[in-house]
Amino acid sequence: MKVISLNFLTCAVKSCKSSGAAFPLHPKDAELVQDDIELNAQMLLNILPRLDWAALRTNATELGFPELPAELPTREALEADEKKLKDLHHLLVETQIMEGKLVCRNCGHEYAIREGIANFLLPSHLV
Amino acid sequence: MTAGTAETSSSSSFDPETYESTHVHSVYEAIAPHFSSTRHKPWPLVADFLASLPPGSVGLDVGCGNGKYLAVNPSLWLMGSDRSANLVSLARENDGRGRRRQRLNEVTVADSLALPYRASSADFAISIAVLHHLSTRSRRRAAVRAILDCLRPGSGEDGRNGEGKAMLYVWALEQGSSRRGWDEDASQDQLVPWVTKAGTGKTHKESDSRKPENDTTWHRYYHLYRKGELEEDVQAVGGVVLHSGYEKDNWWAICTRGLEM
Repeated sequence: MKVISLNFLTCAVKSCKSSGAAFPLHPKDAELVQDDIELNAQMLLNILPRLDWAALRTNATELGFPELPAELPTREALEADEKKLKDLHHLLVETQIMEGKLVCRNCGHEYAIREGIANFLLPSHLV
Repeated sequence: MTAGTAETSSSSSFDPETYESTHVHSVYEAIAPHFSSTRHKPWPLVADFLASLPPGSVGLDVGCGNGKYLAVNPSLWLMGSDRSANLVSLARENDGRGRRRQRLNEVTVADSLALPYRASSADFAISIAVLHHLSTRSRRRAAVRAILDCLRPGSGEDGRNGEGKAMLYVWALEQGSSRRGWDEDASQDQLVPWVTKAGTGKTHKESDSRKPENDTTWHRYYHLYRKGELEEDVQAVGGVVLHSGYEKDNWWAICTRGLEM
């Protein structure tokens, strides 16, 4: 599971959907793996405005990455500074959580990640 | 085989979750490798839909099975989910041509009625041959709504700018020319056999009657959609159908989430 995907995931429990505390989920005991993936600048520049930047900042810090700026840099700024774009590529696309958990801060449920795959099936008492 | 117990049963003991667990989830867990080995080629209209999206579009494949659509357009950020952990494991590495993919796919194990996605965040979604495995109409409609809820609402004067789109595909009742021969008069709730041949890892044609003793026959539940039924379900939960049609024994629809309810 890549860091970018964390930005689109939330708790699967119905009653958590309307709670701000359920997003983002928080990684716990995360084992990270770094892949070597070619940067697709066009694709990444188009994805960035679709992210919830505040949630990404939270997750990046939780995973031990340097603090991100308060606001998403503009497209022009990123086009002019390849290093900035590459750093984001590294965080979002090249970094995977292979093992660990994702925790919902609303209900406290922990979803396991094994071999890079998170399991969101709920125990019957949470369905 | 007609699945008389699904929906048409008036028995109060019918529990759709238990029924689907037996007649859908367990079957896919068991047949996953065989099933996957027969599913490589993307359906053309689905591939066209994925190819039509701008680079960097973020989307979902709800019920991704073995993941054959996840790598069709590598400039999309497409996240797959499926109820079957065994299929999800296969989907992680599927490059869409039956080979192992270099860049692993993004996949999670999730139930289509309890999707783990942030609301209003996806540019697109596909759900191909999935809704027909839900055994009551209210569950099929709830699954449509759950997918639509993930889509971005439109903006701008007409409310259509950047609006997320979902493509849904379901098996049709009207398939008189297929080898199964169902038509308008057939029961809409069917248990469809899947035969795994002992030892070889290969499947028989499902209609093969010369079945040796050691083969295992599994029965998957399907709801076969009548003409217009998929569109009705989308509209019943507030969605808007942009296009719809019939292709090779399936009904399909492309829809949006509709105005906020």
